[in-house]
Amino acid sequence: MLPRIQQVIGRAVHVPGNDIDTDRIIPARFMKCVTFEGLGAYAFYDVRFQQDGNPRPHPMNAPERAGASILISGMNFGCGSSREHAPQALHRHGFRAVVAGSFAEIFFGNCTTLAIPCVTLAEADLAKLAAAVDADPSLEVTVDVEAREVRHGAQVFPAGIPTTAHDALVNGRWDPIGELLEGSSQVESTAASLPYMACP
Amino acid sequence: MGKSLFEKVWEAHTVRRLSNGQTQLLIGTHLIHEVTSPQAFGMLRDLGLGVKFPHRTFATVDHIVPTDQRQEPFSDPLADGMIKELRRNARDFGITYFDLSSGRQGIVHVVGPEQGITQPGSTIACGDSHTATHGAFGAIAFGIGTTQVRDILATQTMALSKLKVRRIEVTGSLRPGVYAKDVILHLIKKLGANGGIGYAYEYGGEVFDRMSMEERMTVCNMSIEGGARCGYVNPDEKTYAYLKGRPYSPEGAAWDEAVARWKSFASDPDCAYDDHVIFRAEEIAPSVTWGISPDQGVFIGETIPHFEGLDAAAAASLQEALDYMKLSPGTPVKGIPVDVCFIGSCTNGRLSDFREVAARIRGTKVAPGVKAIAVPGSQIVDVLCRNEGIDRIFTEAGWEWREAGCSMCLAMNPDKLVGDQLCASSSNRNFKGRQGSPTGRTILMSPVMVAAAAIEGKVADAREVFDLATS
Repeated sequence: MLPRIQQVIGRAVHVPGNDIDTDRIIPARFMKCVTFEGLGAYAFYDVRFQQDGNPRPHPMNAPERAGASILISGMNFGCGSSREHAPQALHRHGFRAVVAGSFAEIFFGNCTTLAIPCVTLAEADLAKLAAAVDADPSLEVTVDVEAREVRHGAQVFPAGIPTTAHDALVNGRWDPIGELLEGSSQVESTAASLPYMACP
Repeated sequence: MGKSLFEKVWEAHTVRRLSNGQTQLLIGTHLIHEVTSPQAFGMLRDLGLGVKFPHRTFATVDHIVPTDQRQEPFSDPLADGMIKELRRNARDFGITYFDLSSGRQGIVHVVGPEQGITQPGSTIACGDSHTATHGAFGAIAFGIGTTQVRDILATQTMALSKLKVRRIEVTGSLRPGVYAKDVILHLIKKLGANGGIGYAYEYGGEVFDRMSMEERMTVCNMSIEGGARCGYVNPDEKTYAYLKGRPYSPEGAAWDEAVARWKSFASDPDCAYDDHVIFRAEEIAPSVTWGISPDQGVFIGETIPHFEGLDAAAAASLQEALDYMKLSPGTPVKGIPVDVCFIGSCTNGRLSDFREVAARIRGTKVAPGVKAIAVPGSQIVDVLCRNEGIDRIFTEAGWEWREAGCSMCLAMNPDKLVGDQLCASSSNRNFKGRQGSPTGRTILMSPVMVAAAAIEGKVADAREVFDLATS
């Protein structure tokens, strides 16, 4: 049994912007690797660091945000390339949940299979949460996957997550490989019904 | 009530329902490359799993290959390690691999169709978001992450939620000098970079019916830039004519049976769609982007938009794009100086793309100070171009003619922008840093528009430069 992902509780960092793509989350040159190890250091690299390696002003570089485990962003987060290197880099950087206005689908699926819940908030709620996080680096935020809520203090925001991902996370079935393998004989009969599966 | 192609293909490939409500979907054809597969093979080894149907996975090397000097070992040791790893994995697991020495290497989305591996009514997946390209053949083709590459290697299936279907029709006739790339850039601008979330896009109507297979590939390729995970065109006689006689196409009696089966997958005339949008072809002009998202685009005669009246977050996003691009509202896009011109990629790196440009640039010269590179999408595209003398037309006009690969679309090989160079590019993404320099700038456009920019040294209207409006 995999861990059940019911809640993620931690401090947060707000990376503002819509349409933040996976090239920005992990620039392509850092994908010249045959494992995912070490990618955490390169999360958002080109917007966090100058070409000489010196840091730029960026929310993730603020010392008081070190150790934040919840990432907050805007609409269509994770669009573009299907690279799993992006959620791998975020996870290895320490993020355990992402809260945004909406998510690109491939990124969303990649995160779910890595046990990183991606939940959406309504625009006004997202703005309120982002403002609260921006104002207080020590603010403890709860991403309650099971209850479909994001909370801080007395503030409670209803959060969106599709039932399939919700159930996979809270029931500890976010990595589907075991269940896919169990279907092996049915896979063979489906394949046998499709002539092209016998080729070449 | 009839069914759409998407529904028919989905049903034919459904293995069973999973406990979380997703579908275990058979993926008939799996394509892999060197960037997103090595970790998947690593996971297989860690789990002690094999590849269930090794004959249904096909590999090639495209992202990291140099396009000038291809002698191994590559000068970049990381890239060299990646090609060696792919070779080892293909050998260890018995997977067909189109290596550099095969004569069939190229961008995975160019290789699949030209080998006849991409077929109507099939499901296709690849660890690459531009897998939607294969939808041009009436396949349902998904871009996936590496963990799903592992799932498909081990089980030939993946867990997926069913998509809705949006039919996108373009009626009428495209005006002279307007290409497939202009159509898809216009659709993305109109529907938004996130407009397709939750949808498969079905492209239909007169304009797509009239398009060649390569033009349909250009359109389907950029479905993902519109947020749609897959896009497709229903198969027709052009589809079958394209596939006939290709290495992996059925032959003899099996060919006739296959065509009959392929036809049966086409959307029924009375099928219902979850959404339906219609555009007029006559409204579409040559299109370019000006920002850092593919939906930030205008027609060539237009200016960069002002954004007064937008809400604060939207205005901030546009300001960020303009700051990055070093452009300002009200500036005409025509006349923006360019440093580099790139024709290639899985969007626009096929024979018809180079042929169309070659027909225009004979006797022209690339503007002084502009670097212009042409990168065929595959070794076969390269040979076909050379057979027609297209490579010489390019080189005589001042272009560099390179060897096959992804090249400057995402710059994982040595082809990169330097500093804040601005590139007129036939590729698919204008994201920050996409072309290899963290401050490099990209303007997306059709190959013929890239050629016009190369000659003028600035973004130009190809209809004027090449007198296309009257041709």
